[in-house]
Amino acid sequence: MTAFLHHFMYDFRIGLREKTLLLMNYFFPLGFYVLMGLLMTGLNPTFAPTMTPAMILVAIMACTLLGLPYPVVESREAGIFRSFKINGVPALSIVTIPILSSMVHIVLVSVIITSTAGPFFKAGVPVNWGYFVLILLLSAFTFASLGMLIGVISPNSRSIVLFSQLIFLPSMILGGLMIPSEMLPPALLRISLLLPTPYAMAAWKGMAFGMGSTFDPLLAVLILLASGIIAFILAIYLFTWDSKNKQRGHNPFLALLPLLPFVLGAIFLGA
Amino acid sequence: MQEDVVVVKDFNKTYGTTVAVDGISFVVHRGEIFGLLGPNGAGKTTTMESLEGLRHPTGGSLSVLAVDPTRSPGRLRDLIGVQLQSSGLPGSMTPLEAMEFFCAYHQVEPRYDLLDRLGLGEKKNAQFSTLSAGQQRRLALTLAIAHDPPVVLLDEPTAGLDVGSRIELHDVMRELQAKGTTIILATHDMAEAEKMADRVAILLKGKIAATGSPIELTATGSGLVKISVASEAACLEQNAGAFPAVSQQSIKDEYVIYYSHDAGATVPAILDYLKAHDDHLVDLRVERPSLEDRFLEITQPDHSNGGYS
Repeated sequence: MTAFLHHFMYDFRIGLREKTLLLMNYFFPLGFYVLMGLLMTGLNPTFAPTMTPAMILVAIMACTLLGLPYPVVESREAGIFRSFKINGVPALSIVTIPILSSMVHIVLVSVIITSTAGPFFKAGVPVNWGYFVLILLLSAFTFASLGMLIGVISPNSRSIVLFSQLIFLPSMILGGLMIPSEMLPPALLRISLLLPTPYAMAAWKGMAFGMGSTFDPLLAVLILLASGIIAFILAIYLFTWDSKNKQRGHNPFLALLPLLPFVLGAIFLGA
Repeated sequence: MQEDVVVVKDFNKTYGTTVAVDGISFVVHRGEIFGLLGPNGAGKTTTMESLEGLRHPTGGSLSVLAVDPTRSPGRLRDLIGVQLQSSGLPGSMTPLEAMEFFCAYHQVEPRYDLLDRLGLGEKKNAQFSTLSAGQQRRLALTLAIAHDPPVVLLDEPTAGLDVGSRIELHDVMRELQAKGTTIILATHDMAEAEKMADRVAILLKGKIAATGSPIELTATGSGLVKISVASEAACLEQNAGAFPAVSQQSIKDEYVIYYSHDAGATVPAILDYLKAHDDHLVDLRVERPSLEDRFLEITQPDHSNGGYS
């Protein structure tokens, strides 16, 4: 346990010490939040009620998709994981600890956003704080697991950019962050349901903010949870210590499995 | 009786159709410094990494204190300390954090004294990426021995180190040896291997080309002794091959260099020749073949020069 705590504390400090991680964990999401608060609340009256969950989701995606995978690839390529293996650091810790420390960074940013969005930008306030926190932790876990999986299967930084942006960019446009999902044409709504963000937004809106959502928020929670668990298990299963010494040789296409709950969601909920 | 700490038997490793290591066997005893030498691609790193449990052998067996690195990697972790050739640490980790991190996983108290001992005390809060190459290698060694393992594997430990750091590191190795620690040292530095290793194995194309103590290995070479002579009038330059037991000779700078099977016969003849020609000796050097000479003789037979580079 002591080793796990040492490792966790180290990893958390790195999230503040490394410039790129600090940018993705804090500066980018908070800067974007302030910008959107100043611009979007005036331009789009439907934005303010969902601003808090939307900006938290931006923070989650920045931390987990744009930040988390890079140290994984860099550590593997630089032989750092080999050194860890020799010294008895288990693969489970290497996969789990960055997910947990990312969740802590996300919680800290979420506290800042949640506590300031109402007073400064007249954003909606949760009516059920318990569900708000639960969905925050669930969303953070699912995205962090997806980010870790991207790091595990990406052979280099360019691949991370490709895989991460496949989720990040469409989520920003179609994920219900800037424009409510209800306003999307049916075809685009169905496409958007291939992404995790509409489920997180639906769960928050329906369960924590007392607003209507496009589908049952409980189903959204289950779909997010299923994807997160599959991604987490696969990240452990596909983890390799050394890119030059792949002894397990699993099929990287297995990494598409966490998208299966979203595909089912798009089929059955997008109708 | 000497205790066998590391036993490698008929070990081979292939990558597809490429044979990296081809059925090598050797034993390392407790408290011994064993040098693993060889040109690039000879199989040194594959052997070291297999002993560390990072690679699985294709055939044969390996054991470290009776533990199979492949089957019981968990038991191996506290038995070995490894200094990898590559950095092995995150760039933003400090020496202090690294010490606490690895000691926590080995379930031992951090050895802060070792950071001071290896000259890293002032840099304990500096990020790894800001350390010099020498400091990084010293930190890697510090971490490898912090949990006091009975077996230490060092891969090019002094590469990039200045003379002072190299001597310091050799002192640490000697201290470890005195405590009974077994050290396997993979190196390109023949002088280091000759100075530090009790026995060495020279790997060539995945096989052991020669093994034994450095003195034994150099003795089994061509046996030629190098005699370098400089004189005031340089009269020796005209005396091509006239001395007894000399098989080859050459001229380099102001020295005439003879390769002799019997220095006892050659040296007096040279001195007599100088006296007879009223020339005066400026310098005379008699050198036995070094491990490097023997290494080159084995690994590059076409380029060897009677046992000398």
